[in-house]
Amino acid sequence: MSATSADFAPSPDGGRAGEGGSATPLLRVEALTKRYGPRIGCADVSFDLWPGEVLGIVGESGSGKTTLLNCVSGHLDPDEGRVLYDTRASGVQDVRLMSEPERRMLMRTDWAFVHQNARDGLRMTVSAGANVGERLMGVGARHYGRIRGQALDWLGKVEIAAERIDDRPAAFSGGMQQRLQIARNLVTGPRLVFMDEPTGGLDVSVQARLLDLIRGLVRELGLSAVIVTHDLAVVRLLADRLMVMKGGHVVETGLTDQVLDDPQHAYTQLLVSSVLQV
Amino acid sequence: MIDVENVTKTFTLHNQGGAVIPVMQGASLRVAPGECVALTGASGAGKSTLMRMVYGNYLAASGAIRVGGLDVATAEPREILALRRRTLGYVSQFLRVVPRVPTLEVVMEPCLATGMDRAAAEERARGLLARLRIPERLWSLSPLTFSGGEQQRVNIARGFAHEYPALLLDEPTASLDPANRETVLEMIAEAKAGGAAILGIFHDAEARARVCDREIDVGAFAAAA
Repeated sequence: MSATSADFAPSPDGGRAGEGGSATPLLRVEALTKRYGPRIGCADVSFDLWPGEVLGIVGESGSGKTTLLNCVSGHLDPDEGRVLYDTRASGVQDVRLMSEPERRMLMRTDWAFVHQNARDGLRMTVSAGANVGERLMGVGARHYGRIRGQALDWLGKVEIAAERIDDRPAAFSGGMQQRLQIARNLVTGPRLVFMDEPTGGLDVSVQARLLDLIRGLVRELGLSAVIVTHDLAVVRLLADRLMVMKGGHVVETGLTDQVLDDPQHAYTQLLVSSVLQV
Repeated sequence: MIDVENVTKTFTLHNQGGAVIPVMQGASLRVAPGECVALTGASGAGKSTLMRMVYGNYLAASGAIRVGGLDVATAEPREILALRRRTLGYVSQFLRVVPRVPTLEVVMEPCLATGMDRAAAEERARGLLARLRIPERLWSLSPLTFSGGEQQRVNIARGFAHEYPALLLDEPTASLDPANRETVLEMIAEAKAGGAAILGIFHDAEARARVCDREIDVGAFAAAA
């Protein structure tokens, strides 16, 4: 925990944390509530996320899962509740009480957000290499050669050919754009990644490749992640733990395979039994 | 090592009028290190249900299930995950893997998860795949394209990759040819000799007789309907 927030080298921590070694959660969400006028976005949601752990949030459209993700990740301001994060520089902090520059720095370095639509997470008018390099420059990198080198390295990690570095993402397929978005996000060595339907709208063959990639990166880099999806197959493969939401409330939580194989709540049972078998 | 005490299991089907189906009560058993215990009983008696509860895959309604000192029935998800990583292995009947991941990686994964370095994990995985007669030319392919028997052997290789002190085996010798069945029985005997506590379901009576020290009839735990 000696690294400063400006330290953007990818974390060398290859081991799966959450091994019971750390005594405090990386992220603690307490009684988070967001209302849209009289309507509930999400209500009284609490959870802990431990280092190296992947939490899946499932539920149908309108269940509040994306609202929750946006509130936790600082994209929406919740009406009530706390978001506590164990920062590298100064320990546990309430993210909502941090100053704006501090929070921005956190979101640019130690956190990452992978949008469902890659266009929301990429700059479509600059090259692939610049998309990756920009986040590095945002945290102070200035040496062009080194930035380009790191960008190339990350393009390789997400299986984008080096010769595409100067192409604009608009010329990429949907799956490539999504992989580029992941590279752009992970280049600063974040410890916590938020993902909103990361495989939504992609062909199944492309989905499989992306899932494999995300799983490998999560393990190699020891990342913690919160993944929102309506796809139960995705969470079964990626998430350690599951939260099921309905009408803004968490109706069930537990070990992913336990929730899917022995669901306790009526809504989860309906959700699981509604999946089409291939 | 595995200590099941007075466990009850019910299923509540909320979408079928809230029907409550009691399936098990008063289930108790113990498996010591170095011992292999077989669960027996008619199909539907609850053998797999009991095994899944020990793994934390099904929730027990009441009772205690201690594995290596952790009560799986009440433990936090992350404690169960740590238990599964280090202590408790499970060879299910069906292989469930990420598409596209090569067989060798699939078998290495449990070792990598414990922090073993890649080279050692790969050596271990290669040894197991060779021993279970999976042709080397298939190791770089996803096991999802394999035959049922090959998938079963990949699943066994994966389950034995890390030497778990407690191991759950669901029909490990089903759909295997005689030579591979023999190999799997040897591997079970070696795990026992290494001190593993094993709880298994074996329909193959001869296999059961060879590796199991005791049998427990799950029918005795049937819930009074």
